[in-house]
Amino acid sequence: MAVETPPRVTAGTPSTTAKPETGQPWKERWGGLFFVAPFLLLFVLFMLWPIVSGLWNSFFNTSLAGVKQEFLGLQNWRDLFGDPAVWSSLKNTLVFTAMSTPPLVVIALVMALLANRKGLLGWLLRFSYFAPFVLPATVVTLIWVWIYQPGFGLVNGLLTAGGFTEIDWLNTENRAMLAVVITTVWWTVGFNFLLYLAALQGIPAQVYEAAAIDGANGRQQLFRITLPLLSRTTGLIVVLQLVASLKIFDQIYLMTTGGPNHATRPIIMYIYETGFTSYRIGYASAISYLFFAIIVIVAVAQFKLFSGRGEAE
Amino acid sequence: MTTATLPAATKPPRWNFPKTASAVGAVILAVIWLVPLLWALDTSLKPEPETTRAPITWLPESPTTDAYRSVIDQGDLIRWFFNSTIVSVLVTTLTLIVSVLAAYGFSRTKFPGRKVLFGLIIAGILVPPQVLIVPLFQEMTGLGLVDTYWGMVLPQVVAPVMVFVLKKFFDGISRDYEDAARVDGASRWRIVWSVMVPMSRPILVAVGIFTFIGAWNNFLWPFIVTTDPSMMTIPVGLANVQGSYGLRYAQIMASAVLGGLPLLIVYALFQRHVVRGVGDAGIKG
Repeated sequence: MAVETPPRVTAGTPSTTAKPETGQPWKERWGGLFFVAPFLLLFVLFMLWPIVSGLWNSFFNTSLAGVKQEFLGLQNWRDLFGDPAVWSSLKNTLVFTAMSTPPLVVIALVMALLANRKGLLGWLLRFSYFAPFVLPATVVTLIWVWIYQPGFGLVNGLLTAGGFTEIDWLNTENRAMLAVVITTVWWTVGFNFLLYLAALQGIPAQVYEAAAIDGANGRQQLFRITLPLLSRTTGLIVVLQLVASLKIFDQIYLMTTGGPNHATRPIIMYIYETGFTSYRIGYASAISYLFFAIIVIVAVAQFKLFSGRGEAE
Repeated sequence: MTTATLPAATKPPRWNFPKTASAVGAVILAVIWLVPLLWALDTSLKPEPETTRAPITWLPESPTTDAYRSVIDQGDLIRWFFNSTIVSVLVTTLTLIVSVLAAYGFSRTKFPGRKVLFGLIIAGILVPPQVLIVPLFQEMTGLGLVDTYWGMVLPQVVAPVMVFVLKKFFDGISRDYEDAARVDGASRWRIVWSVMVPMSRPILVAVGIFTFIGAWNNFLWPFIVTTDPSMMTIPVGLANVQGSYGLRYAQIMASAVLGGLPLLIVYALFQRHVVRGVGDAGIKG
């Protein structure tokens, strides 16, 4: 780190020397904290404190009213591992993540390759691909519930027009998750698309010119230059996407409320139900911590993988 | 295609077929992505009986804005729109101010414990807000902030990612500009606002737009911290629409269109900043 600049200031402007000198020791040592203080205050109040109080709660039999607190020790944590609803909602979360991540990465890449062009067409493509991302979850799900509607919804309308039988997408156990995944891909692929697009635009044109002079055709340029140069971006997108997919709640809550028969209920929805419907704050906190641990493990593992690969390059 | 007839020496070998094919593919994909939006718009312009006709029809036979009128007459949507605007503007402004100050503090000043604090805040990036809903709601109940704007806003202002991204950006700005300002007698406070902020305007615009979109669209937290319909934001309020309108699809789609339109317009206007900003913040950051 570079040395602080005030010495130079005093040298340059003798008239102000008195001020820094009298205030210097204290101001120099702690002054910077003032810049950090507003964020820090909010960080402590609305992130650190809930983290600590949540952990504390997980050892008690706390209800939402918070009146009676009975110390349970590790009981909530023991219950957690024997609770089939925890495991089934965890499984649903992982299934959703496994189903949604590959298309959200691959389609984003294809879109970026297709939309990396100038002019009006480029603008229109970028607008179409990213537009759904700016919509609120509720708008997205209102539209898609209507699209999946049996009888007169768009998807089933097209299915019947093509001679297929209708599917009651959101009320069929092994179709509901697929329906949610399709909606999610449509809604959120735009963000990954923009990340890829930015990376593509960062590749210098000279690289392609040189390759063309060497006689590389379009396909060779794609597989030998573009895709390898995008590998770091792909790593980044996969990490961000895995973590984002694991946090699934909004679309499922709004489209299926976790049904049919809890077949789509993700872990965050189980936390929500435990805390706000069953009022078991302590137990909900324990489940939150389990989920938190999973997110941290995924993120750290990916980061390790990532930085390891970076060093090898 | 015709490329074969061109003299190979003067032009680098090009294969035109993939170019045309990719343009066609790009447009097809764009149409697929737009169809759900168009279908919603289409439905919202139909009279109710037309929406539930068995073989689906595309264009409304007798287009009408009845659905929009009845949705707006009910009044809630305007109230929610107002709430969403207040909450999103507050979240965006406060996030920018607080994060810029913190980023400057971590990038340019020294104080005991600075590195430990920064590490702690960076670790905060890993904390999914969803994990905090239960204790945070208890806290808000204790503070009396349930069903208030501040109750919705304050937790959203804590964005460790912003501090991280901005600090990295500030690290890359040469100290010469500050030194010059200091020679002219500017305080560090002045330097933040008249040197650092103007120099990082593109990234601040991008970060601001994303914060605004995120705040406008945030569902889970406002959903938990509001129970009074008059305090709800658009995403939360619309969640109850399906139930209250019954099976009146034209009205449901009209409210979806109205709920989604403001951000589509914002995005269309700022697309350039959004695309560039993702590059600055996401790739280099």
